[in-house]
Amino acid sequence: MELKETIGWSTGEMAQNVAKDIHDGAYVNLGIGIPEMVAGFIPEGREVIYHTENGLLGMGKVAESGSEDYELVNAGKKYVTAIPGAAYFHHADSFSMIRGGHIDICVLGAYQVSEEGDLANWSTGDVDAIPAVGGAMDLVAGVKTIYVITKHNTKSGGSKIVEKCSYPLTGKGVVSRIYTNLAIIDVVDGKLFVKEMAPGVDFGYLQERTEARLHQ
Amino acid sequence: MINKIIKSAQEAVADIPDGATVMIGGFGEAGSPIELIHALIDKGSKNLTVVSNNAGSGNVGLAALIENKQVSKIICSFPRTVISVVFPELYRKGEIELELVPQGTLAERIRAAGAGIPAFYTPATVNTTLAEGKETKVFNGTTYVLEHAIQADFSLVKCHAADKYGNLIYNKTARNFGPVMCMAAKTSIVQAREVVPLGQLDPECVVTPGIFVKRVVEISNPADESVLVAEKRRYPWN
Repeated sequence: MELKETIGWSTGEMAQNVAKDIHDGAYVNLGIGIPEMVAGFIPEGREVIYHTENGLLGMGKVAESGSEDYELVNAGKKYVTAIPGAAYFHHADSFSMIRGGHIDICVLGAYQVSEEGDLANWSTGDVDAIPAVGGAMDLVAGVKTIYVITKHNTKSGGSKIVEKCSYPLTGKGVVSRIYTNLAIIDVVDGKLFVKEMAPGVDFGYLQERTEARLHQ
Repeated sequence: MINKIIKSAQEAVADIPDGATVMIGGFGEAGSPIELIHALIDKGSKNLTVVSNNAGSGNVGLAALIENKQVSKIICSFPRTVISVVFPELYRKGEIELELVPQGTLAERIRAAGAGIPAFYTPATVNTTLAEGKETKVFNGTTYVLEHAIQADFSLVKCHAADKYGNLIYNKTARNFGPVMCMAAKTSIVQAREVVPLGQLDPECVVTPGIFVKRVVEISNPADESVLVAEKRRYPWN
């Protein structure tokens, strides 16, 4: 049975919550999917430079229909644009930016996040699935601050915020903050602290939908 | 006299033998040297180990090379795309081996080979299944995984413009793995949209210096993979 949330933030509002925490001058890598929406909500007056690991710093908006360039894509292989002041580079340089700690923030989706800040977002361990990892493990190992944006629960109502990830890990103890449709949660020293709750959500309601223990 | 220009793609790949390790540039279609790959299909070399970020789309380019049963192993970060059908089918049948490598580790293993570094430590994959069986070491309180360089016999790369010394410039995000793959292969083979006279490429702007390049073929109107895939084309041409 599908559990419908009647309260909580919309996906756009979740992206907006992340955007509020991205500082002026930040170099940011946005994961594929919902994380990409964050770019649309950066508050006025802040200048943010987007890195895409396939070799572009200064990624602009998605290319308009009819003006796509097959040789200008983002990590999700979408046709994008480059801003004035952009730079192209090869893959080893791109991952030097990541692994070398030069990227400030990375926003990623998740299958599961644990109270220790462990992230599982590359594989569900399904033996029939074709294994594919891309740059996720390099990103979580190298980027200074990892934010996760995800629905609080799975479609079947299961908790994505867990005591211990059951899916294969992308990285251990790497997540700083989790943005869900119900709350914003900080990971501090192996404990989860609720920073903010969506309108209409109280601590009891949130804990009921969360396998891991939450702290106020 | 130095002249790295080769007349045709066919001639450029003619000495790739069975069992060779071949790096193939590109991030999806961007930078994929499709004409060189098709020449390798025509040549028919078997039992290849291919090093490439993806495993191809549709039934052209790298996917067609795999479909033609020329590849026994692929070293790759992301073999799955929306329109990748060939690799998943062979993989499920156990007919192709996969070594899954995180993208940054893949790039650095290639770069390391070109730079004369046999192995290096990286923080990526620590505490994950991809680090199982690998040596680890602690530096300044942080654990790192030992990764080995990947050397290739050949690399196939696409660039924007080249001169007869093999100096290269690329186009936008089609650069991706090209520069490091040129460094890491004993014989790097490049298809260029344009071959220009010496001196025309600004030395300040050369991305791959010619020392890393062995052969250059001019392919002035390379096919767009996504167009071929949308048209359901197959190679050898249907």
